[in-house]
Amino acid sequence: MYEKDFLKQLFHKIYTIRIFETECIKLYRQGLIRGYFHPYVGEEATAVGVCSALAEDDYIISTHRGHGHCIARGAQIDRMVAELLGKKTGYCSGLGGSMHIADVQAGNLGANGIVGGGIPIGVGAALGISIRKEKKVVAIFFSDGAANNGVFAESLNLAAIWNLPAIFLLENNHYAVSTPIEQSSRNQNLYERATGYGVHALAVDGNNVIEVFEQTKDARQMCIKGKGPVLIEAKTYRHGGHHVNDPGAYMPKDRLDYFKSKDPVTIAKKHLKEQGKMSESEIEKIEKEVETTMERAIDFAKESPELSFAEFNQMVMGY
Amino acid sequence: MTVKTKTKSSESDSSKRMLLYREALNEALKEEMKRDSTVFLMGEGIAERGGSYKVTVDLLKEFGPERVIDTPIAEASFVGAGVGAAITGMRPVVEILFIDFTLLTLDQVINQAAKYNFMTGGIGKVPLVLRTQGGVGNGLAAQHSQSLEAIFYHIPGLRVVMPSSPYDAKGLLKTAIRADDPVVFIEHKLLYMNEGHVPQDDYTIDFGKADIKRTGSDVTLVAWSNMVPKSLAAAEKLAQQGIDVEVVDPRTLNPLDKKTILDSVRKTEHVVIVQEAIRRGGIASDIASIIQQQAFDYLDAPIEIVAGINTPIPFNLNLEKLSVPQVNDIIEAVKRVL
Repeated sequence: MYEKDFLKQLFHKIYTIRIFETECIKLYRQGLIRGYFHPYVGEEATAVGVCSALAEDDYIISTHRGHGHCIARGAQIDRMVAELLGKKTGYCSGLGGSMHIADVQAGNLGANGIVGGGIPIGVGAALGISIRKEKKVVAIFFSDGAANNGVFAESLNLAAIWNLPAIFLLENNHYAVSTPIEQSSRNQNLYERATGYGVHALAVDGNNVIEVFEQTKDARQMCIKGKGPVLIEAKTYRHGGHHVNDPGAYMPKDRLDYFKSKDPVTIAKKHLKEQGKMSESEIEKIEKEVETTMERAIDFAKESPELSFAEFNQMVMGY
Repeated sequence: MTVKTKTKSSESDSSKRMLLYREALNEALKEEMKRDSTVFLMGEGIAERGGSYKVTVDLLKEFGPERVIDTPIAEASFVGAGVGAAITGMRPVVEILFIDFTLLTLDQVINQAAKYNFMTGGIGKVPLVLRTQGGVGNGLAAQHSQSLEAIFYHIPGLRVVMPSSPYDAKGLLKTAIRADDPVVFIEHKLLYMNEGHVPQDDYTIDFGKADIKRTGSDVTLVAWSNMVPKSLAAAEKLAQQGIDVEVVDPRTLNPLDKKTILDSVRKTEHVVIVQEAIRRGGIASDIASIIQQQAFDYLDAPIEIVAGINTPIPFNLNLEKLSVPQVNDIIEAVKRVL
């Protein structure tokens, strides 16, 4: 059984991601957010389960679908919205945007616009930990799409031969942009690939925050004991297309319905009611609080200044 | 006037301690690893074997396998690992055996390392050194002989360093390791066995500071890496014909010491730029454009560029020589501008 406060915290994070994404999609449709926006809706439990099992000075490395990781790792959503709006108060002064959002000081080494690009970087962070003989781990988020990129194989091998404290967190949302996993992988249990490299690997229900949390906690312990790396395949599903402007018409309705019936928000709420003995009205209070925080975050971002061209020039002068 | 007084005495005086270029690099690595425990090395065959060009020889013995790491042949990922270690507090020096193989790592170098500081709004630092070597050298053919510095020169956020002497090799490598930016440190395979004076002291050479390898008043030769010894040889021959050549070695291409180059051009009023890389899209063309824009009124003749011809490097030794600038090509170009 879990403490009520812990379950509350999990739900709070999952719901924050959901509200952040749905509200920011509105801002996108209003033309306030530009560029690419890859929503994490439907996958929230994976980020929250993983990050809740990490210690404060562990690292994560994220992906282009990275808002969830960032929030789960503890980022302030006002600075996140500001980044998405291209404002100076954003995490990257508005220079990175959605695909490059990072919170280096909090150990979030950053999202990545290149599928698979973050995997070796995560391995390097783990290598540094190993050289410094610290008791820390790196959670490397990547996707089923990235698992077909060469650096995945190379990086897994490096982490294996050097026994690195790295948790490879394969978020299998079943689509590489629009290509379904059936067309890109013969064996759709992607975790089994790790076994060939001598790496302990398993699959988990990525929509169940408790399951993800438990497996990540164990994986972290293994890494700390020098028995890393570990690969966890979190099976999950996007609730929409690749990005906001992709309606996802290629996603079969029955499958989408199935995964929506296993919505991470609903599951987390169920944990809260059944194990946390929390009433509907108490849960509504949490939801209201999250929604208010989001409203304030949007106001903060809208009112924030932009980096001036002079400030920008000053920064890039030496490049 | 003898050549000896024209060429920098600090590097040619044999009464001082002499080291090979590769030994100077080795000494820089050793000193920096002793000074700073976050410095570590990664690469193919660098530990027990000491590297293909013996730059990392004996470092395994001194610093152990945790800081001198042999990697699998997986350039993209171990360069990426260098990036990850760098952004989390280490100072990795990653060796890529041949510059030709850096092409396997370009996502990590160009999309990741070069842009990380920028994408994080100036917060993230990437103190990564990518050591590699390029250029022609005794029949290594098309995939082991390229001069690819222009690729990295083109990318904002990368430092590009190309030492031509043992003295510069040591001082610049130490600066590269202490820098907070990703540095592409390009050695030349024909320079490793060159000897020169290298002080035992802990000295560094600032980036963006060119070195006048030979002073002269008639014409400026701008050259880097292995084109420096070739330009100095050309200068010596030209001196015998009464032509007084100044050889300017920028040493770092980004940042580029425009001032020293422009001051020299304003003095000599004639300029020849020498690069081993093919001419098209090269750094020489960019330097020429800077000179014509900022010192046009001083020029007495069009700027000459001596460069490799537009070809992959041929295996045939005679054709290999003809594909890249030789001493005589430089001499002829100098005569054309005078």
